Amino acid sequence: MGLELYLDLLSQPCRAVYIFARKNGIPFELRTVELLKGVMLPVFLGEPVSPQMLAATLAELDETLQLLEDKFLQNKAFLIGSHISLADLVAITELMHPVGAGCQVFEGRPKLAAWRQRVEAAVGEDLFQEAHKVILKVKDSPPADPTIKQKLMPGLLAMIR
Amino acid sequence: MGLELYLDLLSQPSRAVYIFAKKNGIPFELRTVEVLKGQHLSKEFFQVNSLHRVPVLKDGDFILTESVAILIYLSIKYQTADYWYPPDLQARARVHEYLGWHADCIRGTFGVSLWTRVVAPLIGAQVPEEKVKRNRAIMDQALQQLEDKFLGDRAFLTGQQLTLADLMALEELMQPVALGYDLFEGRPRLAAWRGRVEAFLGAELCQEAHSPILSILEQAAKKTLPVPPPEAYPNMLLRIAKIP
Repeated sequence: MGLELYLDLLSQPCRAVYIFARKNGIPFELRTVELLKGVMLPVFLGEPVSPQMLAATLAELDETLQLLEDKFLQNKAFLIGSHISLADLVAITELMHPVGAGCQVFEGRPKLAAWRQRVEAAVGEDLFQEAHKVILKVKDSPPADPTIKQKLMPGLLAMIR
Repeated sequence: MGLELYLDLLSQPSRAVYIFAKKNGIPFELRTVEVLKGQHLSKEFFQVNSLHRVPVLKDGDFILTESVAILIYLSIKYQTADYWYPPDLQARARVHEYLGWHADCIRGTFGVSLWTRVVAPLIGAQVPEEKVKRNRAIMDQALQQLEDKFLGDRAFLTGQQLTLADLMALEELMQPVALGYDLFEGRPRLAAWRGRVEAFLGAELCQEAHSPILSILEQAAKKTLPVPPPEAYPNMLLRIAKIP
């Protein structure tokens, strides 16, 4: 058996690995693992997350994005220098995650938006879209069935905290 | 100016870097940054690391943050013995595999007790008991995974030889121990692993690196700890508020 990659394209680090292998023409067998059967908070819970918690999470996201811009990107084309590296791949797949949840992280952040375009171009638009199609469709998914919800609820609540 | 290391031995990753440099006879100037005194927030230190964190390495004009990056840089630059960061592809991949999980599941979690048991009382902040209990439960779960997935029947975390992974892990696990939770008790496999790592590093070096954190509760009880300056409060309160 050759190289096998166990991935769920809902997962940020999985997307980074997927893009890297595909972009570099590394032959592999894709073993898809569906972690949540295509659902995400708060849609998954079918219940709204408290406004304070949401506000705190968004504030932290905002702070992190600022740090990413000011400390790591600065005026460079990519995070480490003038060429794409693993760092850009890992970062972009993480940033696309809140986008999938409906949070427009690149809006009002022209530096980051320009960097995203460059990363997308370096990876290849087709591959980039393909890797992200699952996460970008997620907010249109129906809420989870009650038995799955009950099983996953404690773990999810721990994650929000 | 030669190599400079900005460290606070109260910080787990700082200790890992300190021990690594000392064990390997790497010459450096120690620049102590006392977090309890708020020195990580000073204007001077901002020039070294705008993220206000330790450890930081300064090699001439090259400034590097993040303990893992620093350890790898030192191991390559000073050509330390192979076992720390093995050149074999799969052995090296195992070290990164551990460090990746460590970043998600050990970092942050194992450092909480310094904040709840020492810093919060020092600055008059309250931490709900529920958070302390939750932190303990999360640590216990991580320790189970550490034992079962990473240690198993092996002598060290990624195989039969000690690597950077063991050093990073030991320093994190020592933190709650120093703060009153003997997590090695009732965990003979982990305790044996700890014994092996400390024997390898050397009792004297471990004693030197661990003594500030091991004496922290005593200092707190005797009220001999530095009092954080008021300008450090917002940063410290924010850190405490982030405890899940």
